[in-house]
Amino acid sequence: MTDLPLHADVVIVGAGPAGLAAATELRARGIASVVVLDREPQAGGIPRHCNHFPYGLREFRQLLRGPDYAARLVETAKAAGVQIHTEVTVTRLLKGPALQLTTPGGLREISARHVLLCTGVRETSRAARLIGGVKPGGVVSTGALQGMVYLDGLRPFRCPVVLGTELVSFSALMTCRHMGIRPVAMIEPAGRTTARWPTGLFPRIQGIPLMLNTELLAIEGRDQVTGIMVRGADGQTHRIETDGVIVSGHFRPESSLLRTSHLDVDQGSGGGEIDQFGRCSDPGYFAAGNLLRPVETAGWSWKEGRAVGRAMAQSLAGQLPPPEPAAVVKPSGDALKLIVPQRIVPSDTEPALPRFQLRVNRAVKGRLLVSAKGAVLFSTAINALPERRITLPLTIIPAGASGPIDINVKEDPA
Amino acid sequence: MHRIDKQAAIGKGWCFMPSDTNNKSALFDAVIIGGGVIGCAIARRLTLDGRRIALLEKAPEILDGASKGNSAILHTGFDAPPGSLEARCMAAGYAEYLEIHKKLGLPLIRSGALVLAWSDEEEARLPALMDQARENAVDNLSLLSAAETRKLEPGLSTAVRASFRVPGEYLIDPWSAPHAYLLQAIANKAVLLRDCEVTGGHYDNGQWRLDTSQGVIRGKIVINAAGLYADIVDDRLLGKHDFTIHPRKGQFIVYDKPAASLASHILLPVPSATTKGIVVCRTAFGNLLVGPTAEEQDDRQNAALVPETLAALRQRGEEILPGLAHEDVTAIYAGLRPASEFKDYQIHARAGQNYVTVGGIRSTGLSSALGVARHVQALCEGFDQDKNPLADPIWPQVGNLVDDREDKRPRDWQCPGNDGIICHCELVTRREIEAVLSDPLAPQSLAGLKRRTRVTMGRCQGFYCSAALAKLTKGRLKHPMAEGDSEDKAGADRVGND
Repeated sequence: MTDLPLHADVVIVGAGPAGLAAATELRARGIASVVVLDREPQAGGIPRHCNHFPYGLREFRQLLRGPDYAARLVETAKAAGVQIHTEVTVTRLLKGPALQLTTPGGLREISARHVLLCTGVRETSRAARLIGGVKPGGVVSTGALQGMVYLDGLRPFRCPVVLGTELVSFSALMTCRHMGIRPVAMIEPAGRTTARWPTGLFPRIQGIPLMLNTELLAIEGRDQVTGIMVRGADGQTHRIETDGVIVSGHFRPESSLLRTSHLDVDQGSGGGEIDQFGRCSDPGYFAAGNLLRPVETAGWSWKEGRAVGRAMAQSLAGQLPPPEPAAVVKPSGDALKLIVPQRIVPSDTEPALPRFQLRVNRAVKGRLLVSAKGAVLFSTAINALPERRITLPLTIIPAGASGPIDINVKEDPA
Repeated sequence: MHRIDKQAAIGKGWCFMPSDTNNKSALFDAVIIGGGVIGCAIARRLTLDGRRIALLEKAPEILDGASKGNSAILHTGFDAPPGSLEARCMAAGYAEYLEIHKKLGLPLIRSGALVLAWSDEEEARLPALMDQARENAVDNLSLLSAAETRKLEPGLSTAVRASFRVPGEYLIDPWSAPHAYLLQAIANKAVLLRDCEVTGGHYDNGQWRLDTSQGVIRGKIVINAAGLYADIVDDRLLGKHDFTIHPRKGQFIVYDKPAASLASHILLPVPSATTKGIVVCRTAFGNLLVGPTAEEQDDRQNAALVPETLAALRQRGEEILPGLAHEDVTAIYAGLRPASEFKDYQIHARAGQNYVTVGGIRSTGLSSALGVARHVQALCEGFDQDKNPLADPIWPQVGNLVDDREDKRPRDWQCPGNDGIICHCELVTRREIEAVLSDPLAPQSLAGLKRRTRVTMGRCQGFYCSAALAKLTKGRLKHPMAEGDSEDKAGADRVGND
């Protein structure tokens, strides 16, 4: 890539909604050189292969499909003077900041005043879920299925089982329908669907049995899946004949670059540890979008990217408070999965992330307690389900607080 | 010496004959049954001896049985029974790997191993194990206290009592090694036939006629290296077998690359009578591996993963390296070891029939393969004097899948003109994939392509690259990843949700 500069004011890793929104915002705020890098051949991120509505209401006041939305984000960024370079893979984050890159032409480096990480999320694989059985072809994530179907018109199976009931699981059903693939069942280990029941979708998936309280025990087959063994709601083991498994959801941040870098990683979210401006433990680096937490909508990530872009412009102008001292917020107990941001710097500057984002590990009911040095600072009732959005204002941490802040849930007796 | 380096191979295409289409009707000097690591090493050795050989593999890909799931270690053989055939083959195999790996472009990661004692009883057994190692001519051992052990491996649990260090234990690439052996055989005129199962045959007049799923194959010598099916092949060809294969399953967990920083040595337990026990070690590809289990089963084909066992394996890993609790699992796999009722290898020559059975290579085959091949070579010389060693054999270089090698050989992603990355987790380039799709061992399935290039073997397990890969391999794999559709459906959907 000959026109890739050696240095830029800001380099953004990932050309999805968060990265492109941040880039556009940085240009609008007068930052001269803003470079967005993406490893895929086309910019736009995950929405490129989500060929369904509704995208773009918040951003363009228009109802768009994923690919059209992605194209609009790219056009908008380019019109604002953002340089987008695709087929560039970042292989290492360096102090400086600087990035080690590989391109079709070989190795490169690029340095920047600030770097923004927007590497998004992926679904948890069959392996990471320790699903038993053998390893035939036809076991794919929703992301892989959508890529095959929408980008290439390919069909990895004809009558698969969908594992999971998150929003993305229903998106997988739509993708199947589009390609004439007929799922034979949707299975969910919990007693209810993870996503709020998408009522508009319900009639369309009639005919596909939804099997709750059902656990996938083993996958069978050799070249291709021939069946799965499940333990059903009745406690008995059953075989379902099928030629594929869509292992959907259980998103996790694509944080491999972070994990092999000098930056701090948050164990709970699996993403970068940041303050309310999206600033990482090395203040030359920022992070935004689904890298921060699994998983939010494209619109949410876009809004977050734009806000962190604004904070980066402020940082480049010397207008952000120093990163230390900070109040460090950590969940305790096993009910809370994550809280973002993890650090709050005492400051009057408008935060990029105006609210804490939380997730729970399981269905949780009780009181949420925020405390420091054993004293409760704030409490509120909580009644939450996993994978769903929970937010709280940053003001639950008193102004000027520093040191460790504990956040946990005192659950109601069952 | 003719050398074919990767760049040249990619630029010009391989300059020798594609193997599967070669003339099957010839009378081969030797026919090898089984394309595992042992069969590949024997194919190479006999080819270098100047014999015209055919290698028959019943599966669509080589390395489809025991050789597809092992712990990827080049063992010194320090814990083998002294004087056993296994000990001799391991010593010879180890020495030859060190001698030839550079010429074939193969990696070597000098990790060393620690044999860890976790109890008084285990600690008391360390000196005897060290004596056994010395008896096997494995030297430079050092006995280490708990403190010295943890100084070498700060990530280890404080429960470790003592250890001894075996500096010569190394990590290698478990697939590139057999691929390289067979590629060298093919480059020097060996013939590979895949999807070729031997169903019967007879020896008559100094000649074997093998009935196979691809017709009759004739050879002067037959070598049964059928691994998990060795006793069955003996039955089919000799009407009897001297040992019975008892498949022993081993399940493994592979952690994501950041976990590799938790241990630099291969961490071995004090072995039991039947198994080397659960090993924790880095892999050549920069991951961290925990396994294997040792579970007897009858099924020779399917190695099923069991969630409860994997969870227990994970827990054992965390007991050894507490830091593993925070690491992600990248892959899970299970292999089958072709164990027999005998502890030692079962390699038998049948002089009157020009036939060698190579069986019971239960868990050390990757390390011993080149030594086993030497042993088989000697047995074949007892049958005839057809050997006429190649004066100037071709040494093809296999593609490099290992980062940060001691010989500084780069990965393709670090080289200009790589055509871009397809698999982002493992940094596999389009040029690498194209190169293997057009070489004499061209994969016929995703499984084969994975072992040749590592595509989809990283942390996302195909989330990002499956689509690009399905498109790239469309019409080029005998067992495709996905089927195409005649009408272009992209963009035709008018249904909303989410």
